[in-house]
Amino acid sequence: MTTQAWESGLPALPRGRKTDVAGPALSGLTGFAAFLIVAMVVVIMGNIAWFGWRTVTWEFLSAAPREGMTAGGIFPAIFGTVALVLLMVVALIPFGVGAAIYLYEYARQDAWFTRAVRFSVNNLAGVPSIVFGLFGLGFFIQFVGRGIDRGLGLDVVWGQPSLLWAALTLALLNLPVVIVTAEEALRTVPREQREAALALGATHWQTIRRVLLPQAMPGILTGAILAVSRGAGEVAPIMFTGAAYFLPYLPTSPLDQFMELGYHVFVLSTQSPDIEGTKPLLYGTVLVLLLLTFLLNLTAILLRSRMRARLAGR
Amino acid sequence: MSNANPAIGPLRHEGHGRSTRRRIQVWRESLISVLLRLCAFTGVAGLLLIMIFVFREALPVLMNPEIQKEASLRHFTSTLMWQPVGAVPKYGLAPLLGGTLKVVLVAMAFAVPLGVAAAVFTSEFASPRLRENLKPAVEILAGIPSVVLGFFALMVMASWIQMVTGATVRLNALNAGIALGLGVLPTIFTVSEDALRAVPKPFREASLGLGASPWQTAWSVTLPAAGAGVSAGILLGLARAVGETMIVLMASGNAAIVSGSVFDSVRTLSASIAAELAEVVFGSAHYSVLFFLGVILFVTTFAINVVAGMFVGRLRRRLAGA
Amino acid sequence: MRHHRFSTGMRVASVALALAVLAGGCAPSRRAQAITIKGSDTMVILGQRWAESYMKGHAGAVIQVTGGGSGTGIAALINGTTDICQASRAMKDEEKAQAAQKHGQPPAETVVARDGVAIYVAESNPVQALTLEQLKGIFSGATTNWKQVGGADAPITAYGRENNSGTYVFFKEHVLANGDFAAAVQTLPGTAAVVNAVAADANGIGYGGAAYAKGVRECGVRADAASPPVLPSKDNVLSGAYPLSRALFFYTAKAPAGTIADFITWVLSPEGQAVVTEVGYYPVQ
Repeated sequence: MTTQAWESGLPALPRGRKTDVAGPALSGLTGFAAFLIVAMVVVIMGNIAWFGWRTVTWEFLSAAPREGMTAGGIFPAIFGTVALVLLMVVALIPFGVGAAIYLYEYARQDAWFTRAVRFSVNNLAGVPSIVFGLFGLGFFIQFVGRGIDRGLGLDVVWGQPSLLWAALTLALLNLPVVIVTAEEALRTVPREQREAALALGATHWQTIRRVLLPQAMPGILTGAILAVSRGAGEVAPIMFTGAAYFLPYLPTSPLDQFMELGYHVFVLSTQSPDIEGTKPLLYGTVLVLLLLTFLLNLTAILLRSRMRARLAGR
Repeated sequence: MSNANPAIGPLRHEGHGRSTRRRIQVWRESLISVLLRLCAFTGVAGLLLIMIFVFREALPVLMNPEIQKEASLRHFTSTLMWQPVGAVPKYGLAPLLGGTLKVVLVAMAFAVPLGVAAAVFTSEFASPRLRENLKPAVEILAGIPSVVLGFFALMVMASWIQMVTGATVRLNALNAGIALGLGVLPTIFTVSEDALRAVPKPFREASLGLGASPWQTAWSVTLPAAGAGVSAGILLGLARAVGETMIVLMASGNAAIVSGSVFDSVRTLSASIAAELAEVVFGSAHYSVLFFLGVILFVTTFAINVVAGMFVGRLRRRLAGA
Repeated sequence: MRHHRFSTGMRVASVALALAVLAGGCAPSRRAQAITIKGSDTMVILGQRWAESYMKGHAGAVIQVTGGGSGTGIAALINGTTDICQASRAMKDEEKAQAAQKHGQPPAETVVARDGVAIYVAESNPVQALTLEQLKGIFSGATTNWKQVGGADAPITAYGRENNSGTYVFFKEHVLANGDFAAAVQTLPGTAAVVNAVAADANGIGYGGAAYAKGVRECGVRADAASPPVLPSKDNVLSGAYPLSRALFFYTAKAPAGTIADFITWVLSPEGQAVVTEVGYYPVQ
């Protein structure tokens, strides 16, 4: 009876001693696919490393570009990128972690508000990055910035591209990543600890602050690092909200524009006045950007696997 | 007698001025809970604001007669040319829609077979040691910023493709499509692989127990069981491909042509926005049209993501109740 | 029992970070003191060289230069996000009207250099000269094979600029007589990209500022079939003999004043014009 039910669901299995050719073929084909992917990754990284490693010297990392970007270094771009992601993190972490805490500890899972939050977070993650750029321009610069200008009676100070608006746009872009990883991190804390604290008379917030958050720190850090890595690599959202090609000064205020590694790569490869001359600088910049995102991702992955090992080893 | 644990602080029922302290604590707790609720609300607010403001700046195309003299739905469909700068601006959407479609199709044709096949290999056939090496490789690919992929396609891959295919035009849909495929490959791979791993062991064991070989099991039992998850992965990859900007901006040639050949340049919706947004005067017709293109992108990716979400929901229900 | 994951070190670090961010917000914005120049991609190296020379000779001056195309610069001028707009074409009347509406007076125009829009062909291309009519045919898509204009039997690949480029608009007005470019013309974001593309393509043809021609040959241009071919040399451009000569402009929202006026005066001085010749363009006189 049971066998009949199964057999009716499966396709006809080869019976008898036919040489099974399809089996090895399929696993060979899929294995080849996997191999192809790895090969392509190696080729891309190899090509960039090969042409870029000679350029990346200490002078390259610490000097400003000269002579129409054919000589010198990319320090302002590195500085700008760091300033951008720092500002982004400051704006992002409180809201992201706060939202995760709310979803984990305070929200009723079937309430319409909770479902609205989860739905929004999931779909925010799927919005194209250029739409974020449009949003940054249309909302932050045109609406908020110009509004502040009008309110303060200024000409055009807040209503133009700057570090502040670019960082806020990126913060919104990375909000889903932080919320999801922070909630995942909170879930790794054993329920017994939370219940014990509550049973001893601690309030919700005391439990969170003293028991859950400290232990969820690695996971929250993972989310922050992933956000930083994405923030350093995305170009479309910052193209119109603050990035600039050549600035003779370093940004000292959130209202300044900034140079940025990813944007620099884009402009150098497409609009550079001297493509042959800037090639070394270009490859060097790409290599630095890759190394930066790679290192950040690696740290996040290691943190995450340590967190998961802790959860599994319980 | 105080049972207070110094790490946690004064407990609910403790303290000298018991009722005052208690009242302050209750007030503090409600304040914190409100603040946290506000934090969660930023997620909702963010999505709502994006919808409101992007739609708002695009609205003149549909509502403002001044703007509609230059750009309106009629203009979008009445011409096959996209030349927004000139004595008579032309806003034909056909080349942009066609270009986006062409490059997305190439990307998916490249990424779906590779991604799903590699996911099947990793979860069904690979030894644990091999698996440990394959997953990081895909994570590395996932970590490569799209501007770097676009750079690689522009500088290196375009020349290789031109050598192999003998195409006359260096930056074409094939070049951009493959690079785009590389960009969405990790998404397809990761979600498919997760879905395949999530298929309960009893499915596989029963099949093997009945005499099926590992490949028959993978092909006829596991893959269909993970079908919803794999479809979700493909859809998520599709949404990403439609919305991706930097790769196509750098590698596709950006010519607004309507043609069927993958060896021609294409101009996508996202690349048009990125290339032209810097030169628009705020409030002009061109400005509104670019926001309208953003609306098209937003609605398309939103719809695809919602459908993908439904697939994930179906997968969860199926595995839980199957 | 570990209670405090928030070690003293972390607390101090986060407070320091917050203070740094706040302090940064109160620092005077360098940008407020800087002169912003935005616009033409043709002029971006020129603008950068001017900025570098000027800042070297005048301590305290801060000038930032961005490209993006003449259209970008003009839009920025109208939107109020730049001090000086570099343009490789003249502002259109509608644009001047929009600027006047936004700022209360029409923009001030200064010619700062001269240039010829060169036609680039690959060095291996046998074609030596083209008439304006033939160029119009090529870029509007009517002429598709080199043999139709006296070259080898091979398809023509035309490379052009994005529509935010002043060179694009100039070419459209003066060569295509306001007609449309063929859809098949590759749109490249910068002159250097056009030059690179033509250098790599034996059947390519492109247009751009004369100062960029490296690795390609400049094709002679004839006003019509009867005229002799003219190359964009200094004399030909300054005298107007080259049919595609043009002026390069600085635009400001109001009449230049203060530091902006000082800079523009310097640009027009012999020192500034020497930089023009160095970069490969032609001086105003």
